[in-house]
Amino acid sequence: MTTRPLRRSLLTLRTREALNGYGFVLIWLVGFALFTLFPLIETFRYSLHQVTVTAEGIRLQFVGQANYTRSLFTDPNFVELVIGYTIETLVSVPIVLIFAMIIALFLNLDFKLKGLFRTIFFLPVVITSGPVIKELVAQGAASAPGIANMPAVVEFLAQWPRALRNPVEYLLTSFILILWFSGVQILIYLAGLQRIDKSLYEAAAIDGASSWEMFWKITLPSLSTVTVVNAVYTIITLSHFSENRVVRYVYDRTYDVHGGIGYASAMAFLYFGVMLVLLGLVFVLLTRRASRR
Amino acid sequence: MRIALPLPAMRRLRRPDLDRVRWLLFGSRARHGLVFLVVLYALLVTIGFVYLYPLLFMFVTSIKSPTDLLNPMVQWVPTELYLGNYLKAWRVLNYPKTLLASVLLSVIPSLLQTVVASVVGFGLARYRFWGKRLLFALILATFIIPPQNTVIPQMLTYRELGLLGHPLALILPALLGQGYRSAIFILIFYQSFLSLPTVLEEAARLDGASERRIFLTIAVPAVIPAYIVSFLFSTVWYWNETFLTSIFLEGGVTTLPMQLSRFVQAYERLYPPGTVNIFDRLNEAVKMSGTFLNILPLLVLYFILQKWFVESVERTGIAGE
Repeated sequence: MTTRPLRRSLLTLRTREALNGYGFVLIWLVGFALFTLFPLIETFRYSLHQVTVTAEGIRLQFVGQANYTRSLFTDPNFVELVIGYTIETLVSVPIVLIFAMIIALFLNLDFKLKGLFRTIFFLPVVITSGPVIKELVAQGAASAPGIANMPAVVEFLAQWPRALRNPVEYLLTSFILILWFSGVQILIYLAGLQRIDKSLYEAAAIDGASSWEMFWKITLPSLSTVTVVNAVYTIITLSHFSENRVVRYVYDRTYDVHGGIGYASAMAFLYFGVMLVLLGLVFVLLTRRASRR
Repeated sequence: MRIALPLPAMRRLRRPDLDRVRWLLFGSRARHGLVFLVVLYALLVTIGFVYLYPLLFMFVTSIKSPTDLLNPMVQWVPTELYLGNYLKAWRVLNYPKTLLASVLLSVIPSLLQTVVASVVGFGLARYRFWGKRLLFALILATFIIPPQNTVIPQMLTYRELGLLGHPLALILPALLGQGYRSAIFILIFYQSFLSLPTVLEEAARLDGASERRIFLTIAVPAVIPAYIVSFLFSTVWYWNETFLTSIFLEGGVTTLPMQLSRFVQAYERLYPPGTVNIFDRLNEAVKMSGTFLNILPLLVLYFILQKWFVESVERTGIAGE
């Protein structure tokens, strides 16, 4: 990175440089220890205890893995909610990615009124918040207009097995909602598109490639890293979203008298685990496909 | 190898009109054809409508009078411009107070978060030190770890310190670089500083400038766009964030989205269901007015500063590897 003119005293310079570097990141390290690492460990400790909050402070009573077994085997809702979350995420991620890519490809072209369309497509970035989405969903403004309620569609879907029906139904009822999560991803794709070397396209055009071929052979492979970034971003946004049903459930249980904090902590960790598995799955899928090309 | 060259040339000689039509419809390498443009605009308008639909729905519903709501003939065009819903929503949301709280609680943490992120980003981009890779991993981890895995001990600590419900509960993490989605901003600044040439800084260092001075007088002015973009995104995200705020500010300050999420209870306290006449009952028009009032400040901000949002790509080289 930075090259130093004074080679002779390399060691001391290096140490000084490192010290300067630590000076700049120190504030973050302190914050990390205080607001992330310590609470994370503490939450894990809670998950192994029965936590009671009293006026004097909190009282812990060791219960081992009871909180975990309870959420996995006795709780009637948690596992079902997590399965629902997994399905919804796996359905949403490809849609968000494809949509964001299409819109980014459009916005990368030159045409009249581009500014207007760009303004519209980025609106969700600004207004996507939990309560707003909740109100819109409650009023039915988030489903694909009309399709999900058409009797023909409902009857057609009723014949399908449940495992297949759920994702499709979710897709129909929350189509707009899913699209609303693709604002930042469009930005990231646009950045990726603008970084592709123009001369590649020129060379391909001279060799007689059609734009269709150019898309598959140049654009898509060049976007593979960006796609991974986007996939990860999408999964994390969906998983942290405050109206996510699992998040809500865990939050509500926190204030329960029975179990309460300890139980909610255990569920939080299980949920975190599922999220990591999903992230890993998508990561492996996308990078494998990219390297095969 | 087949030789295809003479054919189009011959055709052009014979039928210039047809060729011109083809050129108009399908275009050439230099220009989009008509067919392409029609398809493009059709798709853009469709997608644009899908995006605008919830907003239009929200706005139209919010200006419907109670009679319009009950009238099945009235779908998209209300018979009158009825502002009563907004008056009610204004009162229920306690608008001036919650608006002020929301503005302060998104602007102050965002400012702090942006500044700290730039300091950390500079440290990462300019200095070699042991454990940098680990540091990057930790920064990414803060982005991945769900808030519910860290929020409870923080809440309990705040409770002990008597900070629960106090704005400091949101400001302190931002001050120490652990604000909402701070990892993204650190990466933005890291990218921005990395793309700056180091020549000026080297020269200043040779002239004996301290590292702090190099950072403040050379690096910071060069990445002003990154500051603006980070601050804007951070403000918007803080504004829309409700999970952390609802936990940390419980029983204290109320922000606009928080008040919106308990809209029904607040409404019924102001207009007790048994005592008001049928037109003053809570209906979806009032709810939509509340929702619209909630996003209105952001919409205004967005339309004024939209260049900074949509061009953030070009200006900061967002999307770090």
